[in-house]
Amino acid sequence: MKVELRVNGQIRIADVEPRQTLLDTLRDDLHLTGAHAGCEHGVCGACTVLLDGDAVRSCLIFAVQADGYDITTVEGLAPAPGELSVLQDAFCEAHGMQCGYCTPGMILSAHTLLQRTLTPSREDIVDAISGNICRCTGYGQIVEAVELAADRLRNSNALRATEEVSK
Amino acid sequence: MKPAPFEYIRPESLAQVCELLADDEDARIIAGGQTLVPMLAMRLARPARLIDILRLPGLSGIREEDGAVVVGATTRQAHALQSPLIASAVPLLAQALPWVGHPPTRNRGTVGGSIANADPSAEIPLVAVTLGAEIVFATPQGATSMPADDFFIGPMVTSIMPGDCIRAVRFPVWKHSRVGVGFHEISARKSDFAFVSAAAQVAVDAEGRCIEIALGVGGVGERALRLDVSHLLGTRLDAASIAETVAAATAGLEAANDLHASADYRRRVAATLGARALGDAYANAVEHPEGAVR
Repeated sequence: MKVELRVNGQIRIADVEPRQTLLDTLRDDLHLTGAHAGCEHGVCGACTVLLDGDAVRSCLIFAVQADGYDITTVEGLAPAPGELSVLQDAFCEAHGMQCGYCTPGMILSAHTLLQRTLTPSREDIVDAISGNICRCTGYGQIVEAVELAADRLRNSNALRATEEVSK
Repeated sequence: MKPAPFEYIRPESLAQVCELLADDEDARIIAGGQTLVPMLAMRLARPARLIDILRLPGLSGIREEDGAVVVGATTRQAHALQSPLIASAVPLLAQALPWVGHPPTRNRGTVGGSIANADPSAEIPLVAVTLGAEIVFATPQGATSMPADDFFIGPMVTSIMPGDCIRAVRFPVWKHSRVGVGFHEISARKSDFAFVSAAAQVAVDAEGRCIEIALGVGGVGERALRLDVSHLLGTRLDAASIAETVAAATAGLEAANDLHASADYRRRVAATLGARALGDAYANAVEHPEGAVR
């Protein structure tokens, strides 16, 4: 079956079997290997991508179900080639990773949280990444990385919606 | 971890869905797919055809109608969690939804899918049974509905017939002005399958006497159950009367015995969490000044 996928702002046509997951399509057909294949049954969160801005597991969606949606992978977060988003940079600075396998999923889950609020509590952060398993860091530095990113975004000079500023 | 091949169909109407389901016993409905896709990946399910209903018009949405809040079958759990109507009119559902999966699975998972899957430890079926919700479905003969208590039979087993498709769930709205809710759950990890969960909703009059009460437990036996705590009606609930009533109501429950938890453990936890949920619900109801909720 032919599907039209809008990935990171670009439209790509892929010819897929119905049983092919969005994850495998992104990795094997579109060569976007940022979404990682971990458990492949919806437990680990390494394959997290954004579907119309919401974090979802790409191993639990078939590519045929995903046509027409706006898909964002971790490759789509950086403002320009060779640069990092504020959140990605905070993960580097706070050592929010060791082996890096869970990192793209962690970043996308945390990204959706920071899209909603720049004043997340520790509980909000833990809840946002509760569906992402890390087997190296013990989560402490990941939470710190998200706190650091929230702090930097809050104090940046970027133009934001007024309700965010007034918070 | 790759599913076996299947045919994928996205029908245009609910009538077509029923037709396709009635014609082929190896066909399965897919909506959010948050339970079905793992089952396919592990090859515990091998349907020949998947019928995708997620984009069917009219199956998604939350509205108030005839004393009930009607939640469309394909309404995402995340949308239900954000709904101000559910928060005010079906507070028990609002209280239970954060326990359903994780944010990324709630973004895809649907309310109707959780009902259709009928996991004994799932929160949405528990709320449906506790409040006495109606399951509305489409059949090849037309629309029909059934009380949640008749719908759920056992683990992943429901009264649904081949050719039927869940359209919506009607959660009753309690019209009393002072309503409180409580929800508790024990699992190995955050949002993992509950060993035991308990949901309670209580309404009180101006003097703080209980005028309506509902308590349900999930994860204990083969399906969610509503417990009889009706003799607390007309009283001001206290810790002792709650504990005694819930202990009596849970004592004879048939409980599952597995690697994670013994039957005795499940019964003990059901008594404890049931009492805690009821205590929270009562305190929550009494806190509400007259007319504050609805």
